[in-house]
Amino acid sequence: MNARRTARGLSLHAVVWLIAAFVAVPLLYAVISGFKSTGELTTNPFGLPEQWKTGNYTGILSDGMFWRQIANSAGIAIGTTCCTVAASAMAAFVLARYAFRGRELFYTLFTIGLMFPFAVAVLPLFLMLRTFGLLDNPLGVILPQAAFGLPMTIVILRGFFRTIPAEIEEAATMDGCGKFRFFWKILLPMARPALGTVSVLAVVASWNNFFLPLLVFSDPKWQTIPVGVQQFQGQYSTDFALVLAYIVLAMVPALAFYAVAERQLIGGLTAGATKG
Amino acid sequence: MPSFVSTLAKERTEEAVPAHPPLPARSRLRGWGDWASVAWFLVPALVLFLVFVLAPIVVAVYTGFFKWGGIGPMDDFVGFANYTKLFGDQVFLGDLGRGLYLIVLSITVQLPFALFTAVLLNQRLRGRAVYRMLFFAPYILSEVVTAVLFTMIFLPGAGMADHLAGLLGLEGLQGKWLADPSTVMPTLFVVMIWKYFGFHMMLFLAGLQSIPSEILEAASIDGAGAWQRFRHVTLPLLGPTIRISVFLSIIGSIQLFDLVWVMTAGGPNHSSETMAIAMFQFGFKRYQVGYASAISVVLFMISLVFSLFYQRYVLRRDLSGAVTSGAGR
Repeated sequence: MNARRTARGLSLHAVVWLIAAFVAVPLLYAVISGFKSTGELTTNPFGLPEQWKTGNYTGILSDGMFWRQIANSAGIAIGTTCCTVAASAMAAFVLARYAFRGRELFYTLFTIGLMFPFAVAVLPLFLMLRTFGLLDNPLGVILPQAAFGLPMTIVILRGFFRTIPAEIEEAATMDGCGKFRFFWKILLPMARPALGTVSVLAVVASWNNFFLPLLVFSDPKWQTIPVGVQQFQGQYSTDFALVLAYIVLAMVPALAFYAVAERQLIGGLTAGATKG
Repeated sequence: MPSFVSTLAKERTEEAVPAHPPLPARSRLRGWGDWASVAWFLVPALVLFLVFVLAPIVVAVYTGFFKWGGIGPMDDFVGFANYTKLFGDQVFLGDLGRGLYLIVLSITVQLPFALFTAVLLNQRLRGRAVYRMLFFAPYILSEVVTAVLFTMIFLPGAGMADHLAGLLGLEGLQGKWLADPSTVMPTLFVVMIWKYFGFHMMLFLAGLQSIPSEILEAASIDGAGAWQRFRHVTLPLLGPTIRISVFLSIIGSIQLFDLVWVMTAGGPNHSSETMAIAMFQFGFKRYQVGYASAISVVLFMISLVFSLFYQRYVLRRDLSGAVTSGAGR
């Protein structure tokens, strides 16, 4: 019995290890290859580098373009998140707490947005942004991203706002607190965990967006990191080790953010998916 | 220690217990002042949504009726000609077929794999928190980073995949991967699994956490073995989560763009082209904007019809019985 249990435990671990290898090997391959020269990469793809060369990494880190792309991505992510969360919180507030004719209609309208593929809208969106003069302008990425983030954010926030007891609002109203002050001074501070969750989701979605920045920014000075990665690959397509070093460095902010905000992110995704 | 397990468990209970308190009568709107303030709260979201989400779709429908290169006046009205051309185009029909191929593989391979992993990590297992973090990590990376990483791995001659195939005695695969029409789609699918299975695993884990252990214990006392417990208790109770996963997989497969664009741009010879890739090629590379809009509209109609059908016939039972149904559906 005991031997059987041990065997079962071992095979369980073997299976998990196999899956872990499937996920981790490509990542480790990239990290280690970044320390090789491209010549060594083709002759010795798996082994550790004969000599750990840091030149690929330090070269990229001392390149202004890389930092510029990181800064662009960060700025756009922050702008998008502020727009999405502010507009969604206001809409979710009235959609959650006031009974008025047409409320469900508005809510349904927003939830319909959950099933609109971004790929469908991108071509006409590009034409519209061109008409508005928003090409090569960060707002041309921020505003559409914020708009596409609304449905999920409103669904999550509305669910959360409903759980805040009506008695609190009644008490505040008796004390002479208006709608806006209640929203700003009481509801939002109470909703901080939910706001954190939706903010994390918005940051990740914006950080990873490729399609829209690719189209909107033709000027390299606005390039975000995913677009930069693609450009870099095109430019240095024969220097494999350098390209791998670039993507490793591009992964670092995302993975660091994930390590910090893991709970909000996963909580939000599971809540959003099951409620959506 | 606020591990992520307890967070999920906590969220489950938070979701289950308070449901949604009924709206107090005093929150009903009285008079124009109330209406105006509500309107002010709704305006920013509504404007953003109408301008950047709904309007583009209207524009796409309109543009799809014209032969137009993207610049100058749109005056060559062609009616449904773009659509008839589209459905006579073998490559586009191939795009539809490839979408279906990805959907079928996602449901039959990726989701069972994700479920298997979730069940595995739901057991008492040393270091399972670390495994969870690791398996979900690819989902955080941008599709472009993933795509470039695997382009390097599948590089003919120099990539890791060729060397690995050599070690395993699969020399026939060397140099093919993304470069050969017969292997490109399966290769892309492997990358898709790598990127997305962790996301579905997380959904399943959240679903597994919400299954009360009493039910499994009761089944166990009644003499049900591990497989029977899984088949007759866990799987049915996981139904809602599975149906959501299937929905997200299908929508994701239909819309796949970034990954394919960076890895193959639809090649070689259209063998990995998806609808979104075709739209991009015609709209931004070949300047047939009217035709590309028609592709957008078809993509939209497929997503919309599928979503409505799915919500109406598949998700309905979940929504009607769920605690979240109070959210006003």
